[in-house]
Amino acid sequence: MLLIYCPYCEQDLPELEFAYAGEAHIARPADPAALSDEEWRDFLFIRSNPKGVHFERWRHLNGCARFFNAARETVGDKFLATYKAGEPRPDADALLASPTGDAK
Amino acid sequence: MNAMTSTLAAGVTITELAPTTRIALRLADPATVPGLSLPTEVGARSADGSRTALCLGPDEWLIEAPEADRAAVLATLAGISAPHSAVEVSDREITYALEGPAVLDLLATGCPRDLARMPVGSGARTVFDTAQVVLTRETDDRFHLTVWRSFASHVRALLDLAQRELAAGL
Ligand SMILES: [Zn+2]
Repeated sequence: MLLIYCPYCEQDLPELEFAYAGEAHIARPADPAALSDEEWRDFLFIRSNPKGVHFERWRHLNGCARFFNAARETVGDKFLATYKAGEPRPDADALLASPTGDAK
Repeated sequence: MNAMTSTLAAGVTITELAPTTRIALRLADPATVPGLSLPTEVGARSADGSRTALCLGPDEWLIEAPEADRAAVLATLAGISAPHSAVEVSDREITYALEGPAVLDLLATGCPRDLARMPVGSGARTVFDTAQVVLTRETDDRFHLTVWRSFASHVRALLDLAQRELAAGL
């Protein structure tokens, strides 16, 4: 079973307790009314969907209930790091280069 | 034998516990609560006489107390001046006591967590066969499983089935 490290519970816990919540670090525009239709569409729907390191939100739904962020490598489905909501996005290349690949 | 208790040879007992007072408390800073010691580590549980407070998340606690203490607990919570939410959920949930040498095997039939690692005296919110539950480890071989009333018959049926399978040596 895939284990995910919850940065709030500070434990590796089973994936069944967690819920995926989309791409991370997408800031809501401060003034939506100023956006063109295309810009608003991009904010709502257009996502990066990379092959490689993806920064994404997860929620420890059946646990502490917190949202947090994760860097996951989408080819091998490996979680490279998880970090609390509001913390800066880690560097993808540094995560891939880390010897263990699981910087907590 | 209590009609709500079932015991089989494999040594796991499932007992529905009597109603108790339960409060779901949300607030940012646990230090602002006079008269209640709230642990800050997720999973930690404090006991103050017959009252317990289990930290479910960074800003969330489950407070349990005997029904006789209900008024006193509510009075304590009414004294919190910081912004908070205290909701009585006593009747929302049912608690089962699971006890016996095979209790970890019984829980493993529905809960994906490695409960052998859960320290005695702590607890957690987790899942049992997709129903959200709160587990606390009372002793090495005794857990309390608290589940929403509407899911309780489903969870209880699965526990009873697993108990019979364990008794049959499966
Ligand atoms: Zn958590």
